[in-house]
Amino acid sequence: MTTVLTRATTLTRGTVIALFISGMAISYFVAAISRGDGEIVPLGIFALGLVVFGMLVIPTSWVVEGRRKAINRTMTGLVFSAFGFALVPLVSLVWTVVTLGLARFDGEFFGSSMRNVVGEGGGALHAIIGTVEITLIAALISIPIGLLTSVYLVEYGRGRFSKWVTTMVDVMTGIPSIVAGLFAFALFSVFFGPGVRMGFAGAVALSVLMIPVVVRSSEEMLRLVPNELREASLALGVPKWLTILRVVIPTAIGGLVTGIMIAIARVIGETAPLLIVAGFTQSMNYNPFSERMMTLPVFVYNSYSSQGTDAQAYIDRAWAGALTLIVIVMVLNLGARIVARVFRPAGNH
Amino acid sequence: MTSAPPATRRPRRGDRIFRGISIGAGVVILSVLVLVAAFLVFKAIPALDPSAQIESTPDGFLAFVGPLVFGTLFSATLALIFATPLSIGIGLFISHYAPRRIASVLGYVIDLLAAIPSVVFGLWGIQVFAPFIQPVYLWLHDNLGFLPIFEGEVSGTGRTILTVGVVLAIMILPIMSALAREVFLQTPRLHEEAALALGATRWEMIQMAVLPFARSGLLSAAMLGLGRALGETMAVAMVLSPAAAVSFKLLTSENPSTIASTIALDFPEASGLDVNALIAAGLVLFAITMVVNSFARAIVTRQRIKMGEN
Repeated sequence: MTTVLTRATTLTRGTVIALFISGMAISYFVAAISRGDGEIVPLGIFALGLVVFGMLVIPTSWVVEGRRKAINRTMTGLVFSAFGFALVPLVSLVWTVVTLGLARFDGEFFGSSMRNVVGEGGGALHAIIGTVEITLIAALISIPIGLLTSVYLVEYGRGRFSKWVTTMVDVMTGIPSIVAGLFAFALFSVFFGPGVRMGFAGAVALSVLMIPVVVRSSEEMLRLVPNELREASLALGVPKWLTILRVVIPTAIGGLVTGIMIAIARVIGETAPLLIVAGFTQSMNYNPFSERMMTLPVFVYNSYSSQGTDAQAYIDRAWAGALTLIVIVMVLNLGARIVARVFRPAGNH
Repeated sequence: MTSAPPATRRPRRGDRIFRGISIGAGVVILSVLVLVAAFLVFKAIPALDPSAQIESTPDGFLAFVGPLVFGTLFSATLALIFATPLSIGIGLFISHYAPRRIASVLGYVIDLLAAIPSVVFGLWGIQVFAPFIQPVYLWLHDNLGFLPIFEGEVSGTGRTILTVGVVLAIMILPIMSALAREVFLQTPRLHEEAALALGATRWEMIQMAVLPFARSGLLSAAMLGLGRALGETMAVAMVLSPAAAVSFKLLTSENPSTIASTIALDFPEASGLDVNALIAAGLVLFAITMVVNSFARAIVTRQRIKMGEN
């Protein structure tokens, strides 16, 4: 009689854990028996174990708890495994970039170009200089245009023209990066002849990609500034433009800087447009207005795609370049986070 | 107070100048877009002439771009097929399953992953993923070879359109999951609580309250992901071994190529009318992504109107 009353209507945690352990055990035995000459991969066993665990726990739950809870458990399992499944390639990516990139992450890599280098040695200094110059120019073009446009949209924008601008920014957001590169090429080849390659054209291509990002994020930040601040300032007799410059923008400055840093992080890894208009070279070129200019993403691509006699040296340099790129992007993103945190009190206490 | 009139007049001039500058920035954006379209069309026109002698495309421009359009759509669709269920799962995990403290960290990690440059994905795809997945392709061919998509001789390098689809899916996963999470988080709390109060399990609550509310948001997230996948260049250029073929076979080394990767691979070597042909192909890509993106925007706008009415 007591057994009827205390009959479990839900699976206890102990039961689930027991089923989990037996799932893993079954998976291990299956792998141990059926393996031919292959070795046992722990991750594979774990994945198979999860499947076996699912096959054990779902029927058990169905019998004990009923159909609805069994479905709930199934979906919970699927959601968790979707997350785990997606994590595997991303972890693998970061892991390989770090481990393989460290092989050539040394002083020579950051201290020399590829001029006259065949095989081992050499570095990416020319590419790093190129990336810094091109990205800086792109930022110098994009930040004023993007910031002013967002000021227009938030503070002045009424009527049809502002709708047009909003739509066009949306369209610009969707321009594929390679099309931006083609545009810069088409533009500059009209003035400089059909074989034009220069760093500045690359910066123009990057600006096309960067401006909409800056507009988007700044617009969002400016809209967050409370209207009371604007009204208070205007009521004190401060003209509108000074209100914008002295009240609105300083209030939103943290968010604006964060958005700009993230926009820079977005374009600094762009490869395709620079491959087209900035070209590639083995030598240092400080002048963005003439001749080909190497950049870090193109360096990675080029090291891989045209390997010389000592292929491993080229692949090692490609990975080191990839690691450098990821470090730069992460630093920019983390910096943006920190800026956002430091300036937060300015907005709402 | 006697000096009031001049005091109000001077700022007005400042206002006018500042207003003019910020409108000017908007004009710049409009003209940039017009310029992009104009220069691309201008440079593309010579290739569209049917009598033009294009070295790489002797059969005319349409015969050149047709297979590429197919490859672009095919690889992006593959990516979307893999990425959509996964991104919904990840979005749900972060918004409704993970403990709150972990959830915010995970959201941040996903944002970071969205920033990884595509050339790094390409390098990883060809060096790590393609060799890893190739035995799986052999297995698929041996056991499911009767399906048309798994027919043909399996590529020895793993650099197939299926690999490209998976790599593209991994690349658009962060942005799509971030959007999905955002949509899920906007579900009215009262709807969720009402479902739970009626005795629904967590999944039933998600089915009844979260998913119907998020449907259009998810659709637009998928469209934006599709737009990304269509325009993605470097990963495809590095991973795929292209053959400009039109085929649905996933595992062979005769793969349809994409517009963007063809431009990236051929442009540095191209000269003469070949350049114009590539630019014209870029224009086609621009048009395709614009259609996809405006579709996504239309969905968002409609949803906003609908929510305003409720």
